[in-house]
Amino acid sequence: MNKPQQPHIELRTSPHVKAAPTVEQIMRNVVYALLPIAAFAVWQFGISALALILVVTGSCLATEYAFSRSAGRGNTLSDWSAAITGLLLALTLPPGFPLWMGAVAGFIAIALGKTLFGGLGYNVFNPALVGRAFVQAAFPVAITTWTPAGLPGRFVEFIPTTLALPFMTPPAVGEWSKQQVDSFSGATPLAQWKFEGVITSTSDLFTGMVAGSAGETSALLILLCGIYLAARRMMDWRIPSAVLLGAFVTALVFHLLNDQHYPTPLFVLFSGGLMLGALFMASDMVASPVTPWGVWIYGLFIGVLTVIIRYFGGLSEGVMYAILLGNALSPLIEHITQPRIYGARKSGAKS
Amino acid sequence: MTLLRWFGRKTFSHGVHPQAHKEDTADKPIRRLPFAPRMIVPLAQHLGKPSRATVKVGQEVVRGQPIAEADGFMSVPQHAPATGVVEAIRLMPSAQGPRVPAIVIRVYEASNQEVLWRTPRDMNALTPEQIIQAVQDTGLVGLGGAAFPSHVKLKVPSGAVIDTLIVNGCECEPYLTTDHRVMLEQGPDLIRGTQYAMRVVGARQAIIGVEDNKPDAIAAIRRHLPADGSIRVEAVETKYPQGAEKMLITSLLGREVPSGGLPAQIGVVVNNVGTLTALGRLLPRGEGLIERVITVAGPGVKKPGNYLVPIGTPLRFVLNHVGFSGSEQEVILGGPMMGNAVASLDVPITKGSSGVLVLSNSEIQAETRRIHPCIKCGKCVAACPMHLNPTQLGLLAAKREYDVMAERFHLKDCIECGCCSFVCPSSIPLVQYFRIAKSILRERAA
Ligand code: SF4
Ligand code: SF4
Repeated sequence: MNKPQQPHIELRTSPHVKAAPTVEQIMRNVVYALLPIAAFAVWQFGISALALILVVTGSCLATEYAFSRSAGRGNTLSDWSAAITGLLLALTLPPGFPLWMGAVAGFIAIALGKTLFGGLGYNVFNPALVGRAFVQAAFPVAITTWTPAGLPGRFVEFIPTTLALPFMTPPAVGEWSKQQVDSFSGATPLAQWKFEGVITSTSDLFTGMVAGSAGETSALLILLCGIYLAARRMMDWRIPSAVLLGAFVTALVFHLLNDQHYPTPLFVLFSGGLMLGALFMASDMVASPVTPWGVWIYGLFIGVLTVIIRYFGGLSEGVMYAILLGNALSPLIEHITQPRIYGARKSGAKS
Repeated sequence: MTLLRWFGRKTFSHGVHPQAHKEDTADKPIRRLPFAPRMIVPLAQHLGKPSRATVKVGQEVVRGQPIAEADGFMSVPQHAPATGVVEAIRLMPSAQGPRVPAIVIRVYEASNQEVLWRTPRDMNALTPEQIIQAVQDTGLVGLGGAAFPSHVKLKVPSGAVIDTLIVNGCECEPYLTTDHRVMLEQGPDLIRGTQYAMRVVGARQAIIGVEDNKPDAIAAIRRHLPADGSIRVEAVETKYPQGAEKMLITSLLGREVPSGGLPAQIGVVVNNVGTLTALGRLLPRGEGLIERVITVAGPGVKKPGNYLVPIGTPLRFVLNHVGFSGSEQEVILGGPMMGNAVASLDVPITKGSSGVLVLSNSEIQAETRRIHPCIKCGKCVAACPMHLNPTQLGLLAAKREYDVMAERFHLKDCIECGCCSFVCPSSIPLVQYFRIAKSILRERAA
């Protein structure tokens, strides 16, 4: 018998097989799921939205690259997480948001929201929301300046605010918007309801032909993309479900108490950033609990809080702060929902 | 768990579903492998104290002859796997890594290798205590992989009352099909062994739990069941680690072994089908355990199958015999979920070796996987059959906070099944961390 060749033996520890997916696969799929939403934003709002998405994402990638290099973590762009932050952040901004402010938002999201904590996996808050919260405070006017969807000239002409120069007051876009569409009130459906008592039809909200942040307008599309991710097991379906359930039930209670004053639960679900927040930001794994009960408590908390802020806060939108608060509470929620370990029941009795 | 049981499928909660890869060997009948020219019999092939050699270098031994004796109750004797001469008693490589003392036997080529050393006995005449002694004399240990001395398992702690013997027919590790073949081919031995074990522990009933992807094995065993209904076969869900003792008890009986406790406390003793089959054959004949069935499989093996091999056969000989392409990356003793990668092909098959796998990089997918920080996806929490929190345990392990791991996060309940590492998208070697943490805590306590 021949002597066997001495094989090249690798020494690894068990388990010697691994399940898919890897971090890269998960993150890449989230990017895939966000792309249709981004494409729809471009279709609705034209080249301004496109430029915004490119600039914000580019700013996030550049910041990630610079910081991870200097922190000695090597090139972390390949894990795709910075791309997700960039896309998400861009989608939560008004489509005509000045590009330079978008670049600042991207920088803050990655620098303050992520690398300061130690990079991927260590961030306490969703980085995109950190960036969003920062520009909300820094540029309160620009972040509440809305433009109508579906303007005829959107593919050839920038919204005037887009190209505002750094540290200059952006041109008032209200007049421009009114010229484009007579009836445009300069508000999102949520703000219209809150401050003017006008309710946009649910079907318009569902398909998304309304004013709003670049990527939050089509609830239907966001839902479909989210379901794709959950079906591929790249997202924990329980968190978005819990957020939407919490918001729905809270809105229903208020609507039943006073249907003149409070809108229908469906309006609440499909307006503003709730859908995008529930499916793509609350579900951010890093900043949410890992325990089975924890994810439900966390999600419900965010859902309920979103509606409370919308109804009783000074802002028309509440999902961003609700998620940030949820992020902050996440360690506590996880702490009090540690799973009951196997065999912990004293008697070992039959169940 | 209650909920799962209502849905009708006997199972435990959590766990994972690795690809089974059993098609290459499941239908291959057990065949005997020739004798290697040299056998290596380690003195520690079991949990507990290593045995003590009773032969000298240069001494001739016949197949089946005891060559090392048990050193106390938590120990078993070793028997000569072949007729030959003791060439050396020295340190030899082991699957676990460190070199261990072993008896090396040069096998006589001309010998017909008949088992000459046996002391047939009338099983009906033995008391439970005598059976336990007889089991220890066979040198039998758990053949499923854990290698726990069988006679120790059959010794019911005082005060405990055993109502059920569970026979573990769940070969949940991918690739392995030895138990499957044994159930198909050696039903009468299995039933006989089960009955001996029931007598020793005083169990009224025995349940043979088999994963539901082996209907042929279930049918084969049914044909041999005794008419009195004391032994029955039940199908359980195919998932990993269904073959873990605690998981199988929960699947079949809905009982949980208390944390830190033993199955006997809830009236159960568990034994592996391979072990009880060996018991059923060896006890009446009064023979020692000198061979076992192993699965040799994986993409690097030309003739995969189930082979009966003498204990002590070096891996190199096994691989040489089944045809080995040589380009593969990893040689594993045991299954891919819990087995050990070996550093040397001079490592022998021992009593606890259930398989030899030759895996390539495409199977282990390791080259392409980078280790990332934990992204808190929670997949490990959802996979852990012991309902631990591997995320937290992993973070604490990285900070070397071993005491917190043990006190607040129940490290000691980890059964080292590897489900958490298996699912982790960040490829964090979680179970490896936990093994290290446990051994450090053990050292500190000692
Ligand atoms: S599976 Fe890995 S990445 Fe996911 S929570 Fe567990 S340790 Fe973290
Ligand atoms: S190795 Fe331990 S922590 Fe990991 S899944 Fe198994 S029992 Fe749970």
